[in-house]
Amino acid sequence: MADVTLRKVVKRYDEVEAVRGIDLDIADHEFVVLVGPSGCGKSTTLRMIAGLEDISDGDIMIGGDIVNDVPPKDRDIAMVFQNYALYPHMTVAENMSFGLRLKRYPKAEIKSRIDEAARMLDIVELVDRKPKQLSGGQRQRVAMGRAIVRNPKVFLFDEPLSNLDAKLRVQMRIEIKKVHQKVRTTTVYVTHDQVEAMTLADRVVVMNHGRIEQIGTPNELYHKPATKFVASFIGSPAMNFIPCRLEDLAGKLHIRLTDRIAFPLPPARAARYQGIPRTDKLLLGLRPEHITEARPHLAAGVEAFDTVLDVTEPMGMETLIYFTLEGSQVCGRVNPNAGAEDGAPLRLAVDLNNMHLLNEVTGVVL
Amino acid sequence: MTTATIDKAAPTRKVKYGSMSRDRAWALRWSYFFLVIFAIFFLTPPIYMFITSLKSSAEISAATNPWWVFHPTLENYIALLTSNQFLRFFWNSAIVSIFVVTITMLISVPAAFALSRMRFWGSATLATGVFLTYLIPETLLFIPLFKMFAVIGDWTGIQLINRWYVLLILYPTLTVPFCTWIMIGYFASIPKELDEAAVIDGASWIQTLTRIFIPVAFPGIIAATIFAFTVSWAQFLYPLVFTTSTDQLVMPVGIITSLIKGDVFNWGQIMTGALLGAAPPLIIYAFLMDYYIAGLTAGATKG
Repeated sequence: MADVTLRKVVKRYDEVEAVRGIDLDIADHEFVVLVGPSGCGKSTTLRMIAGLEDISDGDIMIGGDIVNDVPPKDRDIAMVFQNYALYPHMTVAENMSFGLRLKRYPKAEIKSRIDEAARMLDIVELVDRKPKQLSGGQRQRVAMGRAIVRNPKVFLFDEPLSNLDAKLRVQMRIEIKKVHQKVRTTTVYVTHDQVEAMTLADRVVVMNHGRIEQIGTPNELYHKPATKFVASFIGSPAMNFIPCRLEDLAGKLHIRLTDRIAFPLPPARAARYQGIPRTDKLLLGLRPEHITEARPHLAAGVEAFDTVLDVTEPMGMETLIYFTLEGSQVCGRVNPNAGAEDGAPLRLAVDLNNMHLLNEVTGVVL
Repeated sequence: MTTATIDKAAPTRKVKYGSMSRDRAWALRWSYFFLVIFAIFFLTPPIYMFITSLKSSAEISAATNPWWVFHPTLENYIALLTSNQFLRFFWNSAIVSIFVVTITMLISVPAAFALSRMRFWGSATLATGVFLTYLIPETLLFIPLFKMFAVIGDWTGIQLINRWYVLLILYPTLTVPFCTWIMIGYFASIPKELDEAAVIDGASWIQTLTRIFIPVAFPGIIAATIFAFTVSWAQFLYPLVFTTSTDQLVMPVGIITSLIKGDVFNWGQIMTGALLGAAPPLIIYAFLMDYYIAGLTAGATKG
């Protein structure tokens, strides 16, 4: 068990900087997920923590010791790979015990650790099988078992669920969470799936172009994104961005979306955005759940407007609606009984208490 | 309108299925045709050798049907298998082949592992270089090599020419590059994550090689072994050039030097000797055929 610290870590491949100076503190027992689109440097970062890639610049510390030049085997870490990477010629038990056997652990100790891990992962009856006789989910359990028996300081997961089908992925997600609750080992987990990131993490690290965009708990990222990238990456369906600008109308600060549509801002928001120049090009960020059907009585900060729907997607418990506002497509979520139909007019309400205002040029959330 | 289209489409499809299976039937017929031709082409010499080996010298030189044995005899077999000379050739061949296979595998497996996995400066160039070495024919090399060994003999007093063990230095120049190349291809088909997992599990390079790569690439190792054995068993030019004394000869050279006296060809014994000489590789192929095929394909597709 240990904490992991990254200080200004850089990875250069010839001319290209894959990771551009990352600072990250991971506390003992914490489950941290690195998430981002492909090529954002998340896997490279993980591989640098593992010691599979050299660090071009900066420091990596595990348990307070700088491990920049420590080989992987001496870092006391365990890694689970996307394609499982099980040794095909060994049985499940041999796969799990390989590391311990190399370190010459006593046989009895190895056996008890395998038994414990196999029980925890529900693979007791599989220990004598070869990897090719296992299903994808079982293989991934064995790969996790191989990590658990080592009892390392840090678990590293490199997109472990990407090779599984959607249903199994949800199931294994829960398994991983359960295992972490039991063993409490510091975990760094890489994924491109924001749902996986949100559901598993104590803290999520959103990465883009080799930099950290934002670090926070899943709720912080969802409700208080720092940048347009985070706002659009976290949440499904994604946040809507509508071009807008601020305007003073009758002494109150308004947000103007189109020539026809301008909403007065709630007092708290008006105070916050007062200092922004009225000429700045801005984006209104609104999550789909904050665009709903208008009720007869509108709460404070909720404003109604009329539109014509393009497309509707009934999801059962809700219906997703799509309409166009000043050329940009906007998604909302309405009650299935709200009468939303393809091509039909509907009166909608936007909840401006939950709005985000972004600078269109810099992408920063104001 | 729609129904009409479907009606029209239905018979067309049926015909297509029929033509596809007819295509397949024709493809099969042609395959069999060519396979039979190849089989005849390649099996005729050994069959002719076998027929001749059962004949006495008198019957071979007699103007009878060469494809039939009228008075079968085992005298050629008995003569060779009781001749100390022939057994000596066989023994020399066996010793040389076993040593060469061992030396080859001890060099080429670690070399292939290093070239395919331990990325170091120039490793890609070296890998190509290994393959290019294999492309240089021994007919181009035997004179310079002979000169080299002669010079070494003059300088150091270590006499290598006309000693059977000179072949242990010569044969690997043929076997090591090719076996290394086979093994590079085979190791390349092992996913990168497997050695990364081994590294994280605490394995050293040697342990990764011996406990992960060699077991996983075992079919490839079998393929390389068979190749090395076949090359050293059948090699003719080097032993012909470098060994002359009868007690130093290996079988291919021994057969022609001891059984061809001037312009007198002892055909019966030559054929018998060649057949007996072909037996060991044949037996090895038969036993390891499945591994061999698996090894070749896996190395080829990089799968």
